[in-house]
Amino acid sequence: MHELSLAEGVLQIVEDAARREGFGRVRAVWLEVGWLSSVEPEAMRFCFDVVTRHSVAEGARLEIVETPGAAWCRECSAPTTIAALGDACPRCGSYRLQITDGTEMRVKELEVE
Amino acid sequence: MCTTCGCDSDDVRVESAALGHEHEHHPAHSHSPETARVRKVSIEQDILAKNDALAACNRTALREQGIFALNLVSSPGSGKTTLLEKTIGALAGQLEIGVIEGDQQTSHDADRIRARGARAIQINTGRGCHLDAHMVGHAIERLAPGRGSVLMIENVGNLVCPAAFDLGEAHKVVVLSVTEGEDKPLKYPDMFRRASLMLLNKIDLLPYLDFDLERCIEYARRINPGIGILRVSARTGEGLDGWVEWIRQGRAGA
Repeated sequence: MHELSLAEGVLQIVEDAARREGFGRVRAVWLEVGWLSSVEPEAMRFCFDVVTRHSVAEGARLEIVETPGAAWCRECSAPTTIAALGDACPRCGSYRLQITDGTEMRVKELEVE
Repeated sequence: MCTTCGCDSDDVRVESAALGHEHEHHPAHSHSPETARVRKVSIEQDILAKNDALAACNRTALREQGIFALNLVSSPGSGKTTLLEKTIGALAGQLEIGVIEGDQQTSHDADRIRARGARAIQINTGRGCHLDAHMVGHAIERLAPGRGSVLMIENVGNLVCPAAFDLGEAHKVVVLSVTEGEDKPLKYPDMFRRASLMLLNKIDLLPYLDFDLERCIEYARRINPGIGILRVSARTGEGLDGWVEWIRQGRAGA
């Protein structure tokens, strides 16, 4: 599954930060994952545990903050929230939606010592 | 395993040469309790930032050479390789086509392409489920496509994972065969949303199937209103002219 590649990406970001900021151990990693992104949070947790073994982030808590999907509905001419790609506007039922938020996969911050 | 190449150095092979980079992973240090100081470090970085940066490099390099690159994605068995074989035949003597093939194992697809007279490079991902920009960057170097040529990147057969990984292509083309079910665009919205063109393949089999063509097109346009749609049969050649014309026009605009 691609979450393994993504988890390794998180680890690289963490290790780059460890070199830059000079910390020795990571206690927690905060990720921001949009509802409309390519990350399945439980798969990410599993893969994170696997890839961080024997690394500076071994044993670190993975905190995943999920952000809602947002879109501009061209039918209503107003912003709306959607739970998944392919959903209709909850107000008017139109599929004429421009995705505006919720696709991100970011490392937000670390708790380190 | 490394995100920028999805390998553990020996796993990913480009034409049987391992990518073999050194990726340092630092072990945990220990600190005595008196010196340990808990603090927050702000990162604010996209997980795919490195892949996206490498994809941007690929894109720039391809554009500078006037090379029109397409990322062909689909489920396994949709007919991508057969379609490529027929495309190479249709453009023989008119346009140079180079192919990067992606599979977990074997060079079967690259061998088939070479048998048609086009140059091809095989990437074997080992356990990996998608191509990424690092692997493709290496493959482009090895293949060295000619100026003004068309580069076809046939991704690993998978409608889920390749969607997230930009390779530096001009367009993603999703190949959906009519033996798969018309609701595929709704089931795999991320891939269909990112594709510029949907090739509906194996249309010669429509008389034997209950595939609802109009509904499939409606679903694809619901997910991606701007998606182009072409119906083809790689086996009989029906619709191939339209696909070849789409390639010509895209290349002219590149």
